[in-house]
Amino acid sequence: MTKNKHKHSGVWILAEQADGRVQRISYELLTRGRDLADKRGTDLTAMIFGNDINAEDLQELINCGADRVVTMEEAKLEHFLVEPYAACMLKIIEDYQPEIVIAGATSTGRTLMPYVAIKANAGLTADCTVLDIEEETGNLLQTRPAIGGNILATIKTPQHRPQMATVRPHSTKPAVKQDGRTGEIVRLKAPAKYLKSRINRVDFIPDESEHGLQDADVVVAVGRGIKKSENISLIKSLAKELDAAIGASRDVVDRGWLSYPYQVGLSGKTISPKLYLAVAISGAIQHLAGMQTSETIVAINSDPDAQIFNVADFGIVADVFQILPVLSERIKQARSE
Amino acid sequence: MRIIVPIKQVPETNTVKMDENTGTIIRDGVESIINPLDLYAIEIAIQLRQQHGGEVIAISMGPPKAVTALREAIAMGCDSAVLLSDKAFAGADTWATSYVLAKAIERMGSYDMVICGERATDGDTGQVGPGIASFLDLPVASYIGKVEQVDKKSCRLHRLVENGHEVLDVELPAVLTMVKEVADPRLPTLGGKQRAKKIDIPVWTANDIEADLDKLGLTGSPTRVVRIFRPKVVRQCEKITAMDDSIVDQAVDKLVVFLQKKDFI
Repeated sequence: MTKNKHKHSGVWILAEQADGRVQRISYELLTRGRDLADKRGTDLTAMIFGNDINAEDLQELINCGADRVVTMEEAKLEHFLVEPYAACMLKIIEDYQPEIVIAGATSTGRTLMPYVAIKANAGLTADCTVLDIEEETGNLLQTRPAIGGNILATIKTPQHRPQMATVRPHSTKPAVKQDGRTGEIVRLKAPAKYLKSRINRVDFIPDESEHGLQDADVVVAVGRGIKKSENISLIKSLAKELDAAIGASRDVVDRGWLSYPYQVGLSGKTISPKLYLAVAISGAIQHLAGMQTSETIVAINSDPDAQIFNVADFGIVADVFQILPVLSERIKQARSE
Repeated sequence: MRIIVPIKQVPETNTVKMDENTGTIIRDGVESIINPLDLYAIEIAIQLRQQHGGEVIAISMGPPKAVTALREAIAMGCDSAVLLSDKAFAGADTWATSYVLAKAIERMGSYDMVICGERATDGDTGQVGPGIASFLDLPVASYIGKVEQVDKKSCRLHRLVENGHEVLDVELPAVLTMVKEVADPRLPTLGGKQRAKKIDIPVWTANDIEADLDKLGLTGSPTRVVRIFRPKVVRQCEKITAMDDSIVDQAVDKLVVFLQKKDFI
């Protein structure tokens, strides 16, 4: 695909569905995609694979910014399976020759996109937080955190088309409905030969603890300074008052005070809630990498030099065991007033 | 069961320097370790060999000094290792890296599984595992948190996704990428360390793996790093010190006001 770079045009997103309903990441990608398409003076298309996808949701993709929606719907596309999804996406890339294809940096996007990029001979950049167009060339400028978020790197794909990127979930707001938008829904048939899979999904087991850390608006996170497992209850009370999900530093997980799904940081989850309240977390660089893009950060720590204060908007240097009960109580009061 | 484990040597600390011109990492003078998630891949591979017999082969693409990562893999219990090292490999992005690893794996003859860490801590892309699978035309099962059952022709795995885990039956050969939940990596044994010191680790070049030169290194990489910069610190921390009991209430009040202003309460 190196040759005839100029034959490629249009911005495409990969919308995702679960149980036939379009997922939030799709609308975040529409925000990104609309911006890129407008800068490039071209159309935005959402492609989506699934089975019996809710028709109103497909129309909603148009209402929220897509000029066109291209679907492939088959029983075998109901859930993500890398081989059929890749075959379908490659077919679309071949037929429509998009200039830009973006997907969410989700478990689906981060598996499918590299599989497709190899076969499409395309450049792919992982987990971007900023996307822009270079005016002179039309190249996609892809900016992503690297080395644990210590640096940002801007990457481009000068010769190969399409230019592909995955975009970090929650790194932008989902697109909202605009009045009077129209667009076309194209329902493509996926040829049977594309639907073969050497992977069979036999079951799905939902997470037992619905703590919803990844999608939470408010997260109360706890670090080693909480000293022992029993003290986690203090964090739970605070989280309850704030309707918050609970997160943890690696130290807390390694000590078994909370389990791995709670871990925030380089080797755990990367999140960017509206409020991240860090309690007794020193702020190792690996931890910061997982939360420093949060909208507002509050830190409570007894060490005035703790690194967490460097990324915080508000900090209290104090004994957390003195602060926590008072804070939970005061929030409870304030909420009932 | 013949299992190939591609591993990566990464800088130990996060105090990494970048070459501002090429956008690549300056690796000189930085302590290097095996990428932490690769240890889980090695562990699972060794466990499977212990249960089913066979061999575990670690491979790594990198500069000559990456051989130390392979020796550590041997010390943990891998049977043999191959280093893929050639000046032509330098500056590879994930496309060109996946290509070299896939070509090397092809040269190794038949195998049942390729087991990788889900991502490396330096690049943090998670693209090379699926990339290898794509080049080899194999299925890839990513984010594997549990290996439930393995036989000659297939395996049952748990794939950790956003809100739960998928149970997958995967035909072999296949590429699997591991996350932390899958196992506890073992430490090298004394016997393993001694073996690791003595073992001959062959070095394969572009020629040995019959690679197309135009698919290697920076030349073969579709992407270019054009700018490296430090994130701007935009936060001004309003910091209150309340080490004294008497002002705890006051500090909490200020925090509550702050949270109210931002509509969190």
